[in-house]
Amino acid sequence: MAQMNMKEAIRDAMRVELNRDPNVLIFGEDVGNVGGVFRVTEGLQKEFGEDRVFDTPLAESAIGGLAVGLGVQGFRPIAEIQFVGFIFEALDQIVIQAARLRWRSGGKYNAPIVFRTPFGGGVKAAELHTDSLEGLIAQSPGIKVVIPSNPYDAKGLLIAAIRDNDPVFFMEHLNLYHAFRAEVPEGEYTVELGKANVVREGSDVTIVTYGMMVHTSTKAAEQLEKEGINVEVIDLRTVSPIDIDTIMASVKKTNRVIVVQEAQKSAGVAAEVIAQINEKGILHLEAPVLRIAGPDTVFPFAQIEDTWMPNPARIIAGVKKVLEF
Amino acid sequence: MSKVPYEVYTEDVETLSVLSPDGEVINKDLLPDLTDDQLKEIMYRMVFTRTWDDRAVNLGRQGRLGFYAPVSGQEATMVGSEYALEKSDFICPGYRDIPQLVWHGLPLYQAFLYSRGHQHGGEIPADVNVLMPQIIIGAQILHATGIAMGFKLKKEKSVAIAYTGDGGSSEGDFYEGLNFAGSFKLPVIFFVQNNGYAITTPFAKQTAAKSIAHKAVAVGIPGIKVDGMDIFAVIRAVQDAAKRARDGEGATLIEAVTYRFRPHSLSDDASKYRSKEEEGQWNEKDPIARLAKYLEKKGLWTDEDTQRVRDEAKATVNEQIKKAEQTAKMTIPGLIDSMFETTPQHLEEQKADFE
Repeated sequence: MAQMNMKEAIRDAMRVELNRDPNVLIFGEDVGNVGGVFRVTEGLQKEFGEDRVFDTPLAESAIGGLAVGLGVQGFRPIAEIQFVGFIFEALDQIVIQAARLRWRSGGKYNAPIVFRTPFGGGVKAAELHTDSLEGLIAQSPGIKVVIPSNPYDAKGLLIAAIRDNDPVFFMEHLNLYHAFRAEVPEGEYTVELGKANVVREGSDVTIVTYGMMVHTSTKAAEQLEKEGINVEVIDLRTVSPIDIDTIMASVKKTNRVIVVQEAQKSAGVAAEVIAQINEKGILHLEAPVLRIAGPDTVFPFAQIEDTWMPNPARIIAGVKKVLEF
Repeated sequence: MSKVPYEVYTEDVETLSVLSPDGEVINKDLLPDLTDDQLKEIMYRMVFTRTWDDRAVNLGRQGRLGFYAPVSGQEATMVGSEYALEKSDFICPGYRDIPQLVWHGLPLYQAFLYSRGHQHGGEIPADVNVLMPQIIIGAQILHATGIAMGFKLKKEKSVAIAYTGDGGSSEGDFYEGLNFAGSFKLPVIFFVQNNGYAITTPFAKQTAAKSIAHKAVAVGIPGIKVDGMDIFAVIRAVQDAAKRARDGEGATLIEAVTYRFRPHSLSDDASKYRSKEEEGQWNEKDPIARLAKYLEKKGLWTDEDTQRVRDEAKATVNEQIKKAEQTAKMTIPGLIDSMFETTPQHLEEQKADFE
């Protein structure tokens, strides 16, 4: 089995699908010749030609609209929005046009599009390159939101997303592109969309999280282990829809939960997870479910982003709070 | 010291015109090649569309339609541009462009269902290449661009056409779509029906550009202007743009200068923003009267023909509105199931609340 970092795994997923299905196309700003500003699509244009992998003029709304039109024509576009903060320019095409196409047309048309975008703090990037905007998209009906935390999942989830006949918003954490290598099978395999993963089993408290925070939470769990506190960590992998069954199985076991997200605290994925836990099993809880998240400010300039983002110390404090409730 | 040449491109774009308001051919070179039967069919469609529009306004007032944007005055741009296309060509309409959809094959009762807020209105028959009307002004410009790229990649000699109004030409999506189409040399026609008003805002306040056709200069595609009350000018312009597209020569912007005789929608009062004099001047350019004069001189059309089409249109509208009214109502479970190909668990659970 090959060792890949997350960037290579994502590229491999696209290569597998470009090979398998002639309707798969990749386009966006700078994705062709140079392979994108993060080189995620490097080499794909050379391998598959300029009809399959191509640069567009600089205009995010048009990239989204082009994807919708090509989706109507039976293609399976993978449209890259170069940085997450630029999705606002394309938001109409993503959450109004693509996400509503199946419903508006009574099922005649669908939008089998993957919108890929890098995001995530901790890399000292420029303003609006890092924000966690998953909650914004997750609130929109008709589109799935996927955030992988490791190379194996990234490849399997992306292949599943490309094959999905509905639009998927696929967010790639900048800090994970090169963070580590892991074994990734060659060829095709899928990781089912909408299914969470128990990445660490435990019996005292559950941490529900996703993306980069899976690693931050695991670090916290390892430190807590030394104090005899046994933490279960769940990686959502898909933040819309949420796999409440996997969460509830854990809640029934541990009876205590915290939800960790890099995004600002209010009205986001963590809030949704907690609402669903309340609906499904408030009687299983021994303590209120806490959120560990960024504060409700804009994502800060680079100088203080490390303090702004949740860290193991804050997560440990949260775990102790629910244990001591 | 010489001056910095601050100049705005103001060279006039000539307005293509074929038929005078008296029904005389004033530009033989541009007259589209149409048989007598085709001419009668075009006239039939225009009269039918006008009658249907009259009926639709009344149906709207009776509460039997929902949102409806009147089309009278724009029959030449709507009927003419669609007539110049092939069945395989793809139409991306704005909210007013229902006649193009119907003449391209959308059953009329589905157009009524769309107006009444029923999902089946957008469930377009498989062999009809149209999208449902767009509400976000200009978004369809980009869809047409993507559809045109699809034709190009599939090596199909078909064309996509996007319709918008003078207001739509101010949207960022308008520029982005034209620029993409120019850059990728796509088989697409951008057809702007400049009816003088974006709801109430007059063209003079819409842009400092001398015409909408001028906007093509910025993206390197041809921009032409036609008399939108002259169906022959419209047909010729779209036929030529479609041929360019099929021949691999890329996109064209067409500005058709027209007028809506009625308000923007059934809920606005046009008398608050335009004068009787202005409306009267445009009535004299009525595209139906103009074509009728031409056809009468050729012995192809009479007042009796007009009456016959009106009667037929009225009967069809009555039958189709009844069909729309008799269509089963949408349901919440049906709505939920139309969100995704496979309904996710949380939506299945939400469905149960409505069953």
